Amino acid sequence: MHKEIVTTEEVQKIAKLANLKLRDNEVKLFAGQFTATVDIINQLNEVNTSSVLATYQVTGLSNITREDIVDPKRVLPQQIALREAPLTHEGFFVVPRVIDTDET
Amino acid sequence: MKALHELTIQEVHAGYLNKSFTCVDLVKHFLARIEKYNPKLNIYLALNEKALAQAAAIDKEIAEKGITRELLGIPMAIKDNYLTLGLPTTASSNILKGFMPQYESTVTGKLLAAGAIFLGKTNMDSFAHGSSTETSDFGPTLNPWNPERLPGGSSGGSAAAIAAQLATAALGSETAGSIRQPAAWCGVTGFKPTYGRSSRYGVIAMASSTDSPGPLARNVADAALIAEVIAGQDSRDATTSPLPVEKYVNTLNKPDLKGIKIAVVKEYLLAEMRDDVKKLILEAADKFRSLGATVEEISLMDPKYAIGVYTVVQRSEVSSNLSRFDGIRFGHPRDTFGQETKRRLMLGTYTLSAGYYDAFYKKAQAVRTKIIEEFAEVFNHFDAIIGAVSPGPALPVGASQNQPMFGEMEDILLEASSIAGLTSVGVPCGFVDNLPIGLQITCDQFQEAKALMIADCFQRHTDFQKFPDIEKIL
Repeated sequence: MHKEIVTTEEVQKIAKLANLKLRDNEVKLFAGQFTATVDIINQLNEVNTSSVLATYQVTGLSNITREDIVDPKRVLPQQIALREAPLTHEGFFVVPRVIDTDET
Repeated sequence: MKALHELTIQEVHAGYLNKSFTCVDLVKHFLARIEKYNPKLNIYLALNEKALAQAAAIDKEIAEKGITRELLGIPMAIKDNYLTLGLPTTASSNILKGFMPQYESTVTGKLLAAGAIFLGKTNMDSFAHGSSTETSDFGPTLNPWNPERLPGGSSGGSAAAIAAQLATAALGSETAGSIRQPAAWCGVTGFKPTYGRSSRYGVIAMASSTDSPGPLARNVADAALIAEVIAGQDSRDATTSPLPVEKYVNTLNKPDLKGIKIAVVKEYLLAEMRDDVKKLILEAADKFRSLGATVEEISLMDPKYAIGVYTVVQRSEVSSNLSRFDGIRFGHPRDTFGQETKRRLMLGTYTLSAGYYDAFYKKAQAVRTKIIEEFAEVFNHFDAIIGAVSPGPALPVGASQNQPMFGEMEDILLEASSIAGLTSVGVPCGFVDNLPIGLQITCDQFQEAKALMIADCFQRHTDFQKFPDIEKIL
């Protein structure tokens, strides 16, 4: 069984997993709101699901593939692909450092 | 004689053919109305600067070839979660402020190929996270029936564009109620196709297992025509159905509903629902009887369980879909997400995280199976289920503030059908407090033609599709 109370520590952990930075007041606010939402979700335990499987795709399709042919109309020219990026360098996206930072 | 903004698609085409007005006249007329009323209602976030030039080209085409395309010269309002080339697309979020899409969504591409003109992009709940249009990072849209009320959401801008007559037709999208609920609160017709009937390619994703593009329109006939244009399998969205698309428009205009079996769900006439709303639903049931249908009361699972399923499924899928917003390839840094977006994204991260996945996500998907099985049993005996769209009329501006489950509670009557992937039409069925109330007519998966036929018959035999006199109201 899962816990009924979502603590501020858990909210901080979830924020890290979700790659979000929260304001101090949001940590407390979300802890209370998540606890209330989990209460509503936990009503699902009143429904007996022992005889059914989970549904992940409602229209019953599976293993849909398409022909392995390049559609040139779908290929973005490099200039267009880079157009919305805030930082680029010689035709590449510039990404932030992810190793040897304060967080690692 | 009707004003240009009061015309249906069919009437616009008749006007073009008998040369009563041109496409340029119509687009100019709408742009003037938008300039006048949009500052008050906040419906459009961006306008198409090329609309008049496109209209002129269409006038030339009509003069040379007549009307050979389904939506030729039809001015449309497009929800801001559809990627549109040349039109900024933000999903009403600061994180996408200024974003210019690099490709066109399949559905808007089909509308353009059918000859539609996009007037502009409409306001919505940010990333479609809400049922009020109040979570938009660019301010709420106001309800044209009463500007102190909300338009509903998330397709609130598109619904209000139809009610305020600032477009002939509109495009919305529904994850769980986001077409039907704003249609109900604004008193217009909305249509949610079966999941997988119209492509999600190029639609900024909310919950990928329920997102369904669909129209909002002046009547069922217009909605049916647009739905037909946008439906169909798409190699760019593997979840689109290979089933052929029926000619929805050809099934309309039935004189009666003889032989149609309709179910009214007892649990959906909620204890807390206002009596005057309940009365309108029961009067609609009587109307169906007088049209020759049989109507029976049935029992379904308490809709509160659908809220639980939807909350888990939607938050989980949101957390996955929004992980791609890294501010590196497009958009701004993640700290520009609004609070509602952060709340949903984090709850989904929680329900998918180690130790909670089975208890929350898997359990919710199992209850989803129970809901699907229950609907399947009902549709063994009935053609359609009817009920209220929303427990009451449009709520006051501010009602969604500090209500993290606002949307789920307002959409309590819509979530089960959405998580089961069903098709449903929302049509006005009366008024309380001078505000419109909506009726939903829900059918089994891929029974679009039947749902539209029943809704069209109801609409042609009632007089609830009205439009507010916004000149007077604003």
